[in-house]
Amino acid sequence: MSEDRLSRVFAALADPTRRDIVARLAVGDATVGQLAAPYNVSIQAVSKHLKVLEDAGLVSRSQDAQRRPRHLEAEVFDLMTAWIERYRRQAEERYRRLDAVLASMDDESEPITNKGAAS
Amino acid sequence: MSTNATNETTTRETTIQADPNLPTIRIIRDFDAPPDKVFRAWIEPELVAQWLGPKSTEMKIDEWNARTGGNYRYAALQDGEEVATFYGSFHEVRPNERLVQTFTWEGMPDGVSLETMTFEDLGDGRTRTIGLSVVENLEARDGIMASGMEVGVYEGYEKLDALLAKG
Repeated sequence: MSEDRLSRVFAALADPTRRDIVARLAVGDATVGQLAAPYNVSIQAVSKHLKVLEDAGLVSRSQDAQRRPRHLEAEVFDLMTAWIERYRRQAEERYRRLDAVLASMDDESEPITNKGAAS
Repeated sequence: MSTNATNETTTRETTIQADPNLPTIRIIRDFDAPPDKVFRAWIEPELVAQWLGPKSTEMKIDEWNARTGGNYRYAALQDGEEVATFYGSFHEVRPNERLVQTFTWEGMPDGVSLETMTFEDLGDGRTRTIGLSVVENLEARDGIMASGMEVGVYEGYEKLDALLAKG
């Protein structure tokens, strides 16, 4: 049962347009029209994407009957956090290579006078 | 928005700041080397080539004129094959303090980011680098951060899984 919902979440986020919609709702609630604006697709197409996200429990609509702005469910922020964390780790990996380069520069280049002592 | 990493941490782990309202990414990291040395590792091509390129790729530098007004171009090689090429200009090279570059991936030639790197002397032979990337809009910024998002999403699922189990 919960597995069923999980697989809907998987499927919902497998699409790049829907991931983009999620990213934009993370910034703030938005109406279907606002969400459709940057895409070269119809409001209906965006509504379809939103329906998939809503069925997966990732997006809800507020009670405001007129505009019905879409709202990102809080759980998704965990995904967003994971997303930033992934990017951070990539940067950290790169900088660890730089650590190694800096360490090797010690060995082969001019004397470094004030190497900081740890502790 | 900040992250609370549960993985191993050292005192100088990379910090990422992505402003929800501005198309910027800020990357902060401390190094156990003085500014002049860190700066050299950023501008001398034979040093840059050892660390800058993406993981599991080799960096082939075609052009590298690290002076104010100069330019650069490099390719990432995977098994000897070019998988991505990047280019830009050195807007300002201020030794040991500040490096300002434009950056474009040739796969998206209309996209350009402005990369400002500042090197802060922390004393005791240590340096803090602060890299600020400014891109065209929030969508572009999110797209950059989402590269490799599939993996990030899968990692995130573990948390989501637990939340769903509660509900």
